[in-house]
Amino acid sequence: MTASSTAAHQAPDATHGQAHGEVHGWAHEEGEEAVHFTLRTYLTGFVAAAVLTAIPFWIVMARPIASTAASVAVIVALAVAQILVHTFAFLHVNARAQGGWTLVSYVFTAVLLVITVGGSLWIMYHLNSNMMPGMMDPSQAP
Amino acid sequence: MTMTVVGEAAVAETPPVFYQLDEAAAHVGGGTLLGFWIYLMSDALLFATLFATFGVLSANFAGGPTPRELFDLGLVAANTAILLVSALTCGLAMIALQAGRLGAVRLWLAVTALLGAAFVGIELHEFRHLIAEGATPQRSGYLSGFFTLVGTHGLHVTLGVVWIAVMLVQLGQRGLHPDNRRRLLCLSLFWHFLDVIWIGVFTFVYLIGVL
Repeated sequence: MTASSTAAHQAPDATHGQAHGEVHGWAHEEGEEAVHFTLRTYLTGFVAAAVLTAIPFWIVMARPIASTAASVAVIVALAVAQILVHTFAFLHVNARAQGGWTLVSYVFTAVLLVITVGGSLWIMYHLNSNMMPGMMDPSQAP
Repeated sequence: MTMTVVGEAAVAETPPVFYQLDEAAAHVGGGTLLGFWIYLMSDALLFATLFATFGVLSANFAGGPTPRELFDLGLVAANTAILLVSALTCGLAMIALQAGRLGAVRLWLAVTALLGAAFVGIELHEFRHLIAEGATPQRSGYLSGFFTLVGTHGLHVTLGVVWIAVMLVQLGQRGLHPDNRRRLLCLSLFWHFLDVIWIGVFTFVYLIGVL
């Protein structure tokens, strides 16, 4: 009887705990302070993202910066900033979610992404510059 | 003996259920969300390779049209705004989900799906326009990379819209069941992830292309 009543007592708690964990799911497993789905978070993120989107479009359409290289640098910096805003405000990535595995896998992916894209561009542009028609000396061709 | 009686009584009183209870119990602790997150990260790597391919081919015009001649930045700005607003409405759906308001969840999800459909519609319009001008994927390496990268993103958004439609049906039939809550959380992660990918697309493909 004791066993069954304990089981009966635990069952609703387990269900509630699970449902609760799923609703806030992303946010935490311990501690109630980390409620992430707030209107304020989303609105702040939305306004920040809108500003960070509007500025690069303005830079390209109005060309306030004369140098193309400087414009590209600013646009890329703004894109990185916007990605971070989306990551924290919309995707709710933080060090506590899923015992930190969310953040670890995110950082790992970012590292792989930089290596894949940066490495490909570096190598291929290097090959391109060594294989431009003007740089090929036919007399030295094998 | 007592336990058996209690067990039988409990069985007799339990209303019939038509969904699988064990399935939900298998996901205690948010394992599904972490698994889905790792899928998203692998999807990000897929896009990384497409971005790398596009970057390598970004100057291979083969005498064909260049981005400055091809793109209408006003259209891209409109699409970017649509996707950003849809991220907000998706967030509003999640807030309604947290509050347990089924009607608001369905409303915001429907708005999100409409915005997603508008995004895909504008993108298809752009593609059709490009192809009509002769800027087909076969025209140059640059255009192959462009259509592959932007098309893959558009395909993801299309599937996201289908997913929202499925969830609207599920919500109509089952309400805010724990399984549906879990699915909606995954859906919201997927949708926000697509918006992050779009930041890379409009920055590296459109804006830097036109510069």
